[in-house]
Parts: sequence; structure tokens; C-alpha cells
Amino acid sequence: MSGETHGEVHRHPAPTGFIRKYIFSVDHKVIGIQYILLALTAVLVGMTMSVLMRMNLSWPGTNWPILGTLFPGGAPGGMMTPEFYLSLVTMHGTIMVFFVLTTAPQGGFGNYFLPIQIGAEDMAFPYLNMLSFWVTLVGFIVILSAIFFSGAESTVGPIGGWTGYAPLSALGQIAGPGQGMGMNLWIISIAIFCVGSLLGALNFITTLLNMRTRGMSLMRMPLTCWAWFTTAVLALLSFPVLLGGGILLLLDRLAGTSFFIPGGLYISGLLSGTDQRFPIHTGGSPILWQHLFWFFGHPEVYIAILPGMGATSHILATFARKPVFGYRAMVFAIFAIGLLGFFVWGHHMFISGMSPYSAMTFSILTLSIGVPSAVKTFNWLGTLWGGRIRFTTPMLFAIGFVSLFVAGGITGLVLGQTSLDLPMHDTYFVTAHFHLVMGVASIFGMFAATYFWFPKMFGRMMNEKLGKLHFWITFVGVYCIFVPMHTMGISGMPRRFAQFTEYEYLKTLHPLVVFVSIAAIVTVLVQIIFYFNLFWSMFKGAKASANPWDATTLEWNTTSPPPHDNFAGVLPTVYRGPYEFAVPGAANDFVMQTEPEPSESPAGKGSGNGHNGHKH
Amino acid sequence: MATMVTSTKQLPQRKAAGGPGVPGPNGRSRKGNGHDGPFPGYDSTANRYRVGMWVALASILMLFTALTSAYIVRAASSSDWKSLPMPRILLLSTTLIIVSSVTLEFAKRQLKSRVEGSYKSWLLITTVLGLGFLGSQLWAWRQLVRQGVYVASHPHSSFFYLLTATHGVHLIGGLLALLYLLLRSRKPLDDERFQSKRVAAAGAVGLYWHFMDVLWIYLFLLLFFWR
Repeated sequence: MSGETHGEVHRHPAPTGFIRKYIFSVDHKVIGIQYILLALTAVLVGMTMSVLMRMNLSWPGTNWPILGTLFPGGAPGGMMTPEFYLSLVTMHGTIMVFFVLTTAPQGGFGNYFLPIQIGAEDMAFPYLNMLSFWVTLVGFIVILSAIFFSGAESTVGPIGGWTGYAPLSALGQIAGPGQGMGMNLWIISIAIFCVGSLLGALNFITTLLNMRTRGMSLMRMPLTCWAWFTTAVLALLSFPVLLGGGILLLLDRLAGTSFFIPGGLYISGLLSGTDQRFPIHTGGSPILWQHLFWFFGHPEVYIAILPGMGATSHILATFARKPVFGYRAMVFAIFAIGLLGFFVWGHHMFISGMSPYSAMTFSILTLSIGVPSAVKTFNWLGTLWGGRIRFTTPMLFAIGFVSLFVAGGITGLVLGQTSLDLPMHDTYFVTAHFHLVMGVASIFGMFAATYFWFPKMFGRMMNEKLGKLHFWITFVGVYCIFVPMHTMGISGMPRRFAQFTEYEYLKTLHPLVVFVSIAAIVTVLVQIIFYFNLFWSMFKGAKASANPWDATTLEWNTTSPPPHDNFAGVLPTVYRGPYEFAVPGAANDFVMQTEPEPSESPAGKGSGNGHNGHKH
Repeated sequence: MATMVTSTKQLPQRKAAGGPGVPGPNGRSRKGNGHDGPFPGYDSTANRYRVGMWVALASILMLFTALTSAYIVRAASSSDWKSLPMPRILLLSTTLIIVSSVTLEFAKRQLKSRVEGSYKSWLLITTVLGLGFLGSQLWAWRQLVRQGVYVASHPHSSFFYLLTATHGVHLIGGLLALLYLLLRSRKPLDDERFQSKRVAAAGAVGLYWHFMDVLWIYLFLLLFFWR
């Protein structure tokens, strides 16, 4: 940090009070960590729910006394009711998709590293940034309350799944337990989350367009920044649509409108308009909700996975000691995936009675996403090819990401075809597909990011041995969980059923169901290693240097952890692309982005850290 | 192994713009990056407000696009659609908001030419016109309620209340922004930096307000002239 005092004009003083520094902080780094902690909490809730579901599927009818205590309404006497199972499905899906897969990759790592990687001191609108986190947190509290404070039926959450299909989601209490107050809270939570995400997306886009440091042209940005930027654009354009749909749904429930409720419904023994609890509705379109939901829902899938793709590209290059193969192609592939993501929502609705011609259009567009996805996959393999690979934990998780992305993505080509989707839809095949590609792959991207950036965030290294143990058991574990699910799906096992004991044709599959559950429980328990490693390393890990991985991008140019204004008052100047590894003739096998061309740097410093920094 | 990486060797030379030779801020772009003083006259705050506002408008546009598509689908797919008679007062609303856009432009001109008092009064007039618009919208609601037309009466009335309310909520945001400009205009105008920040803020608020204006005209046409 030779130039630290050189071009210094003024620095933003770091806040000193505990509350301004760690709680209501406007520092993007603190906010990023807050988002990550929120996701780490939410994922515990979501995982616990998935274990409960697995237990009910494998050992139906068992008494779990603790459940009876926690959820007297949902599991009276400790035995889970089918409605409680369905509410677990809903809550697991909603919490995982919104509060884990959207929160950690974008809100967490994006917030922390996007400004640093483009050489900015903070986000464009720090107060909005703080607001977006706190709004999201309120959304999380509201969604948790949906299962606990759902009025008369108590401790059964909404039972409609994370997609909340109309008309049952629009009718209120008569549609089943948890569909009353619980569903209202669910919609409100989603709406709050939408607002928080929109504020975040606004900030990301403005920051990236407006705050790049000198020399950081668009094509010199790390691929992570491209991924976060595209994700923000997707969020910006898709969340308002969900918000609009949510408002309509809430009006149907609370104001008696009929946006999504058709006439003549007969639900729970009541005909529309004949009872106080079921006022008259006419002419609404349930399919309209599906269109609005999936117009958001499909981009949401890419919101979850694109940051993982960015992190994977970044980490593969760093540890293969090679430039990313086809940087430009990677950038365009990210954009292509994001763009196509807006035109394929219909593939979630093939059986909704849509015209076969539009189904065909959606199908072709869906399959065409395979092209940019394949570009990315082959470029990742090209990056690995012939590299001097360092098998660190983040590298293992990044390779794991590629593996899971391929394994989960390939079944997308199966489901994207109308003729195959007809028998497959709503079976475990779909569950397996989207869990592998959207759930586990994104989570692997986040694991890779955590192990990779932890030294920068906390100034200490995570334990490599524990990390590798965590990787191998998790990697084998998730395949043990989700590969058998494909088989179940092909055999016709439907999703969202609380138990299968009543179905003769599924009885032979029961051992497989038990196997999956055991694999799931083991995989969940192994995450304890990760949590332990994370929190133990924060305080006891080996001290990390500024650039422990010999990486090239700007975040490795500042101290670990970075100071309040990221670069100690002197913003770096960027002279080259983000992945200059193994440059022939260079002294090291990596060249930092801040290093000037030899002829133009009289000082000839090893890494031109800050001494060419321009005044702030 | 070294042969694998030759492709990046020439990269820095080809893309040297933004490097030390060319002091442009953002690589090849002339505008752009958010820091003070990459070249004289460059104002990062103005750019930030402007870009941020355009991005925000894109998301608001998507919200109304979603509601519009719901409107079109709902209108086309049902037999229970009844047309709502247009409350006449909406013509007043429309006039008020169009005039408010014009007065806000006057205010911005006054700010740029630094006529302090006149800036404040045009701002105030705009705010009052905005409040008048809201009042006029509420009056339209009242007229419909008097006729017994409520949110749940029929789909067109549902959409009328929904769209006017959603637009109204966004307009209240605009009114708060105008109030913010008014409060800021009480500080003296001595600092050059402060002045440019104020111009930038007024520019962003102006963008938002005009958008609200155009959005209302669009909603008005959609609700009463589309079918």
C-alpha cells in the first residue's frame, strides 16, 4: 500500500458507534454480510423443513413428539397431517427461493464484492442499500409468521406451494387450512421482498454503470460483475410483475374482486355466492395468475444461478491459473441466458390448456437456452483444460457447480419438450431437475464463493481440511438425493404428496424413498461442518494476506478485510483485463489488473497497488 | 502449456483506452464513471441521479405493463365485462397533471438560471397542482361510490380503482420528492458543488414527474378509450 498517503484528498470517516457500524450500516460490506447471515439463517429453516418432509415420506405415521409441541395444529400428537406437509412444501420452497437463493448470491456476495471489483468506494445509493436489506429482513419475519400465526387453524402455513396457484390461493379460508391468514401473510411477505429486491437491483445497476474506476471499461470487468449486473436487470424487470400479480391476488382475497377467480366454483362443499364465507365471483382467469407468476418465476431461476455462474468462472480461472476461455463469449452467454429467460415462462404451463402452437414456441425458445448454457459449460471446461489446477476447496466447489449445472441442466432439455413434459410434469422428475440446477448448483456456487472470498471478508483463511471433507460428502450426498428422484419421477411418483403408502404401484419404490431420505439427512448434518468452519475461522483461522490466492482482480488489491472506503482513499487505476494468468514473459504467473504496462511504469512496482491511484 | 494462453497477450495493447495513455474515465466511454474530477465539468452526482431514476422508471414501467396485460387478458376472456362510465372530473385531473409538468419545467429553468425566488414559487405551484390532481382523483372515486360502483362491482371498476390507486401511490412519492426539493431550496446557493447537486436532484425529480404525467395519460386512455 505504498501510495496510501500519496494522492489522498479526503477519506470518508468510518462510523464509530456500534449501531451505525454493524446494525444500521450504510457500508456495502456490512450490508453484504448481513444478507449472508440472513441467508444462513433462512437456509437452516428451509433445510429443517426439507428433513421433516423426508421423514414423513419415508416413515409415514410415525410420532415425532417434538413436532406435536411445536406445531399443535399441524402435527397433533406429533403425527404430521397432510396439510402440514403441504405447508412445509410451500414454506420450504418460498424461503429457499426468495430468502436463500436470491438473497445470498446477489444481496450478499454481490453487495460485498461488486463495488470493490469495479473499484468503487461504495454503492451508488448507500441508504437505499441499507433499506433494501432491512425491508428484506421484514419480509423474512413475515414469511415465518405465516406458519405460526395463521389464525384459527394455527401452525399450518399456506398449502398452495411456492407458486400459489389461483383460484385456491385466491379464495381464502375455505380453500383449506393455512389458506386464510397464512396465505395473506405469504403474499405480503413476497410483496415486501419484491420491494427490497427492486431497491437492491436499482442500486446494483446504477453502481455498475456509474461508479467504475478509471480504466475499468466494461470488458475489463470480472465475469462476476457481469453476472451480478444481468441478475439485477432480471430482478428489476421481473419482480414488478410478481408484485403486480400479488396485488391482484390480495385484492381477490380481501376486496372481493374476481381477477383470478372464475364463476361457478364449488369448493369445500360450498358453491360460489351461496354462503357468507364464499362471496360470488365471476369471470376471473386462474391462468392469468400463472402467466404473471411465471413471467417472474422463470427469470427468478436465473436470478438464483447467474451469480453462481459468475463466481464459478472467476474461481475456475484463478485456480486453473489460466485466463477464462472466451471471455467475450461468456459475457454474451450471460446476456443471452438473461434475455431468453424472459421468453420461456410458458414452459411451466404446458398442461394449462395453452394452444399447442404457443406451447411449441415456448418449447423452442426454452431449448435454445441450451446454446448459451453449453457455451458457458464448454468455456469452463476450456478454462480447466491444460491448466495447472490448484485443488483448493473453492475450486472443488466451482468444479462441483459445473458438474451439477450439467447434470441438472440436461434434464431441462427433456422437460422443455411438450411431449415429454406431459407425462413428466408434477412428478419427482421435475423436483429433481430444478433442485439440481437451481437449488444445489446455485448453493455450490455460493459455497465456492464463501470459501474463495472468506479471507477477504474476514481476514482469515477457512480450514481447508474441513472444507474438503464438507465438499466431498455434500457432493456425493446431493447426487444420492437427486439422481434417484429422477427414477421415481419416471415411474410416475407425483410431487407434493404427503405419503405414498396408499399407492400400490409406488410400493416397490419405498426403499428408494428411504435411501433418499437418509442421504438427505446425512447431507444436512454435514452442513454443520460448514457452519462450524465458517464461524470458527472468523475468529481462529490462520491470518490471510491481502492476496492469498494469487488472484488478479481489484478486491485482492486492498487489505483483508478492506477498510471502510475499500481502497483507503486512493482508488486504483485499471490497466488490463481481469484474468491475466500465465502471461508469457511476466514475472509472476498472474498480473494484477492495476499493474501498468512495463514501459509505462517508471516505478516498476510488483503490483501497482494504488500508486497510480487518482485523487478522490 | 504456455501456448494455451497466447490469446490474451495482446489484449492490453488493443484495449488501452482508459489506461495511463488516455485519461478518459471509463475505458472507451467518454461519459461515465462515478468519480469527481476525471475531467473538468464532470458531475458524478448528476449522472448517478439520472441513471438511478431511469432504472427506477424501468421497474415502475414493468409493474404497469404487468397490470396492463392483466387488464387486457381479463377484458378479453370474460363475459362479465361492463364498461364504466367515465367520471367527468378525470378531465380536470388530466389537465392538472399536464399543467404541473409544464410548471415543473419552468421551475427547472429558473434553477438553472439561478433565479431563486421564482424557482421556489414554480416548485410550489407544481406541488399544489399535484395535490390538486390527487384531490381530483379522490373526487372521481367519490362520484363512483355515490353511484354505487365499488372495487368489487365488476372487473372494469376493479381495474379502475386498482390502476388509479397504484398511480396515486407513485404520485405521492413524486409529491414527497417535490417537498424535498422545496426544503432544500431554503439553503443558500453559495457552493458550486451544492448547486450542481440541486440541479441534478431537480432533474431526477422532473424525470419522475413527467413519467407520472405520461403514465396517467396512458392509463386514462387505456381505461376509457381502449374498448
